[in-house]
Amino acid sequence: MSTNRHEALGLTDEQVIDMYKTMLLARKIDERMWLLNRAGKIPFVISCQGQEAAQVGAAFALDRTGDYVAPYYRDMGVVLAFGMTAKELMLSAFAKAEDPNSGGRQMPSHFGQKKNRILSGSSPVTTQLPHAVGVALAAKMEKKDFVSFVTLGEGSSNQGDFHEGLNFAGVHKLPVITMVENNKYAISVPIEKQIAAEKVSDRAIGYGMPGFTIDGNDPLAVYEVVKEARERAIKGEGPTLIEAVSYRLTAHSSDDDDRTYRNKEEVDEAKKKDSVFTFATYLKDQGILTEEIEKEITSEIDRIVNEATDYAENAPYAEPESALKYVYEE
Amino acid sequence: MPVMSYIQAVTSALKEEMQRDEKVFVLGEDVGKKGGVFRATDGLYDEFGEYRVLDTPLAESAIAGVGIGAAMYGMRPVAEMQFADFIMPAVNQIISEAAKMRYRSNNDWNCPITIRAPYGGGVHGALYHSQSVEAVFANQPGLKIVMPSTPYDVKGLLKAAIRDNDPVLFFEHKRAYRLLKGEVPEDDYVLPIGKADVKREGSDVTIITYGLCVHFALQAAEKLAEEGIDAHILDLRTVYPLDKEAIIEAAKKTGKVLLITEDNKEGSIIGEVAAIISENCLFDLDAPIQRLAGPDVPAMPYAPTMEKFFMINPDKVEKAIRDLAEF
Repeated sequence: MSTNRHEALGLTDEQVIDMYKTMLLARKIDERMWLLNRAGKIPFVISCQGQEAAQVGAAFALDRTGDYVAPYYRDMGVVLAFGMTAKELMLSAFAKAEDPNSGGRQMPSHFGQKKNRILSGSSPVTTQLPHAVGVALAAKMEKKDFVSFVTLGEGSSNQGDFHEGLNFAGVHKLPVITMVENNKYAISVPIEKQIAAEKVSDRAIGYGMPGFTIDGNDPLAVYEVVKEARERAIKGEGPTLIEAVSYRLTAHSSDDDDRTYRNKEEVDEAKKKDSVFTFATYLKDQGILTEEIEKEITSEIDRIVNEATDYAENAPYAEPESALKYVYEE
Repeated sequence: MPVMSYIQAVTSALKEEMQRDEKVFVLGEDVGKKGGVFRATDGLYDEFGEYRVLDTPLAESAIAGVGIGAAMYGMRPVAEMQFADFIMPAVNQIISEAAKMRYRSNNDWNCPITIRAPYGGGVHGALYHSQSVEAVFANQPGLKIVMPSTPYDVKGLLKAAIRDNDPVLFFEHKRAYRLLKGEVPEDDYVLPIGKADVKREGSDVTIITYGLCVHFALQAAEKLAEEGIDAHILDLRTVYPLDKEAIIEAAKKTGKVLLITEDNKEGSIIGEVAAIISENCLFDLDAPIQRLAGPDVPAMPYAPTMEKFFMINPDKVEKAIRDLAEF
């Protein structure tokens, strides 16, 4: 039996099971979306697969009733943990009127939901980073006890908004946590062609903030570092840059063929570290995830994904003329 | 009624809005301790403190992007771009983010940010301190672009911009800052964004323009009145979205239309104004629509000879009105 790591982090058995359920739900929704795409039912998918541990581990370390998140397009794990439902994600995949992210206006995975403090995102990468810094500035100005959490890919960490936003946050010691989900590829271009530094987190020193590189396949490691970052932020000690290293298990999107730029052996090797399985193994070793509980979870998730799919598929599209609405306040 | 300069009207609007609403704050380069390179935020740092008059790092995309984030949270940021010419690094934030926030979230989120920037030439500012950049943003539904011509309009429209629940670009002509003075009420008042304003009633030639060129048009009109040419001047005030009704009404009034901008002629705001008139006023026109604008060169040169050649002035306007009146 492995050592119990979660108790030392202050996490109960129920909480780690909940983490696992959220990771698995993200994975299963994502897998269903690929099936729907290949069946010609939805036009586009962009995946979270391989990054669930980082997303869910981080989200669980935040105050999910008060903190703000500015997720990027792979963050299904983050938005599920922050209250978006499988049904709502499927409504977005099918571009239906009821989709709370955008009412079917944006591509899937362009998340946003005000009631859950999920900032609306776009397709140009890294633009969300200064937004999270702006929310953190508001927290400081209003003397409120919340933080903002922003994620992006490692390729996106080369954008000017990364530099401008983190420098701003560093100068004003703002309560913002930036997590780069390093999945080793920016579409086809590997990390070594993106960044000359050894680690993305090496850049933190230039912004006057601590930087950490951690195993993004380990939700507990991510939880720990984000939890500490949040405590520093709340105490007024400013921002943190975290790099969570994992691997993108799918092609970039449903329109990409990754066989043109990486080999199968590499992907197979990464799958051995797939957090959905390694975390399940940890929970089984701990005697928390019994066969019975696992069965229960699996059938519950199957039911949720099936119901979400059926509901979204049968839901109406927005009226054509509704394309004219909400350019300005009405 | 007190008389104040164009820039004093800016400061006055900012100050009153910050007193009225604690959510209103200013951010930008040199806006704090120094009070702005043009002194538009003069005295605000002392009255409201460091965080409501925030000196930011020199990084325009962050000024816009951080402002957008704060606005999404519920603050009322007034971001200053030190010169309109330097807004370019922030274009992605303004066009991809601020302009589309309400639309892309299906009315869930909105972005009540005001972005102020001094624009325009005639101040020995050369290529990068003289530009008119409004056309860059004037085909981006979701944005509003305000370009006032008088201190009275500045105060009323800047207050309206700050209270607006959508993003507003507020371009102030830097030569107008101290050149133009006018009566400004001490009371709180707002003017409607999206409404043009007749600055001079006339019956012979209609001039449609905005910003400092309104002032040049008024000067030319006074001179031509002595010759019996009576000019009608419509000040657009909001250059995006345009006040179509007012444009059509003004064009029909005289049947002869002169459009003026300090920007390059091609692809400028007045091209769209001309299209609106063409679509709606064919049988009311007595002459082809005329455009008076800057030349189609990249930007305004530094040397006084070339700068003067580029700039609009009352003489150029006078000649253009006379030509049209005689058509």
